[in-house]
Amino acid sequence: MPKELMNKKDIDRALMRMSHEIIEKNKGIEKLCLVGIQRGGVHLAKRLASKIQQIEKKEISVGSLDIAFYRDDLNIRKVQPVVRRTEVLFEVTDLKIILVDDVLFTGRSIRAALDALIDLGRPASIQLAVLIDRGHRELPIKADYVGKNIPTALSETVEVQLVEEGLEDRVILEKVSSEE
Amino acid sequence: MLTNKDLLGIKELSVEEINLILDTSAGFKDVLGRDIKKVPTLRGKTTVNLFFEPSTRTRTSFELAAKRLSTDVINFSVPTSSVVKGESLIDTALTVQALGADFIIIRHSSSGVPHLLAKKLRVSVINAGDGTNEHPTQALLDAFTIREKKGKIEGLEIAIVGDIAHSRVAKSNIYSLKKLGARLRLIGPPTLIPKEMEVMGIDIFHNMEDGLRDVDVLMMLRIQMERQGKGFFPSTEEYSRNWGLTLERLSLAKDEVIVMHPGPMNRGIEITSEIADGPRSVILEQVTNGLAVRMAVMYLLAGVKR
Repeated sequence: MPKELMNKKDIDRALMRMSHEIIEKNKGIEKLCLVGIQRGGVHLAKRLASKIQQIEKKEISVGSLDIAFYRDDLNIRKVQPVVRRTEVLFEVTDLKIILVDDVLFTGRSIRAALDALIDLGRPASIQLAVLIDRGHRELPIKADYVGKNIPTALSETVEVQLVEEGLEDRVILEKVSSEE
Repeated sequence: MLTNKDLLGIKELSVEEINLILDTSAGFKDVLGRDIKKVPTLRGKTTVNLFFEPSTRTRTSFELAAKRLSTDVINFSVPTSSVVKGESLIDTALTVQALGADFIIIRHSSSGVPHLLAKKLRVSVINAGDGTNEHPTQALLDAFTIREKKGKIEGLEIAIVGDIAHSRVAKSNIYSLKKLGARLRLIGPPTLIPKEMEVMGIDIFHNMEDGLRDVDVLMMLRIQMERQGKGFFPSTEEYSRNWGLTLERLSLAKDEVIVMHPGPMNRGIEITSEIADGPRSVILEQVTNGLAVRMAVMYLLAGVKR
């Protein structure tokens, strides 16, 4: 049975807190932009942007990043990742980028995203915001803003479901039986 | 996901596979608009261009696509290779495979050569044009361009004009556009349009004016000079008079018609310069899109399990 870790309200509160943290740490939103990793990260980046705009009453740029071309597991994956759009329609050089993803796990997606971002220009800095940090890092990567830390077993999966994907807003934890 | 390790023709692809290639191409096109136009995706792989027929555009496009994906590229062209010493086609291909190639891009004047190599080799074989059979990446880049310009392909009125009978570009486009749900018409002299096309539910026009009415997309084919005087059409002058695209004729098509040409063009014969360089032409965009589509094909073939 899947276990619900966060509901709609929890997600919304976490994103609101993270928005305040982002503004606080950067002392406003001067030279700040958000870039979401396809797909879940893109929706979360847009939600964070609208909250930050509400608080600061100023526009903030949002982009989407696809990391398929930068993955380190293309030779070992069963299915080639689906290539989605990278739409960063602003110059990233000298900007402070908040990279947004739904779940932080091994850190390998973030490593790929860092390479992809640096190919777009030379940002002043990159910070990481994730809704869920489930542990089990395989690379020296750490999030700056975390919605919720959830200790998990490797045999479990964490899924962030969002209304933008036609689902109800919630985060669920599921056990994957090893016999399968 | 693609199911076959090779891209031999559009005939062998399903609608889902064609759409997957087109969707993936959009992601690669994003890369081509940047300062750093290269991604590390296929690092460590090797691409061999095996061209038994002269080609600058297609070979260059494949070479650049392969380089943008970070593969190493070797160009194996006929006059400098052992083929002139009498080495057989299959021996050449096996040699290339033994050198460690992952992709072989082949162009050959005989239809079916890529299919033969695909059976004999473990590596991915990509057909870059075989005889009068197919030129699949050209049809894919054409479909990608139409989709980008028109937002869809299904239900569009698309006309292909010229030497359909000898054109692998036309053949691949007919397979692809039929599969994607376009309404197709072929325009040209009766000697250059095979009769079987009619049974496929394609409208055939021998009169340019009738054929152009209300089309959304116009694909002009290159008239091959070597066919002149062989009984297919009397002269290039007469061909141009009857089937050449002029501004006056273009006005019969829809206002927002796009004009395509696979290149190289015979300006003043099948198409006038004012149209080729004019606002309805998407000819240079086809070239750019060709890179994105070829990158997408290589990326997807690399993911096919052997």
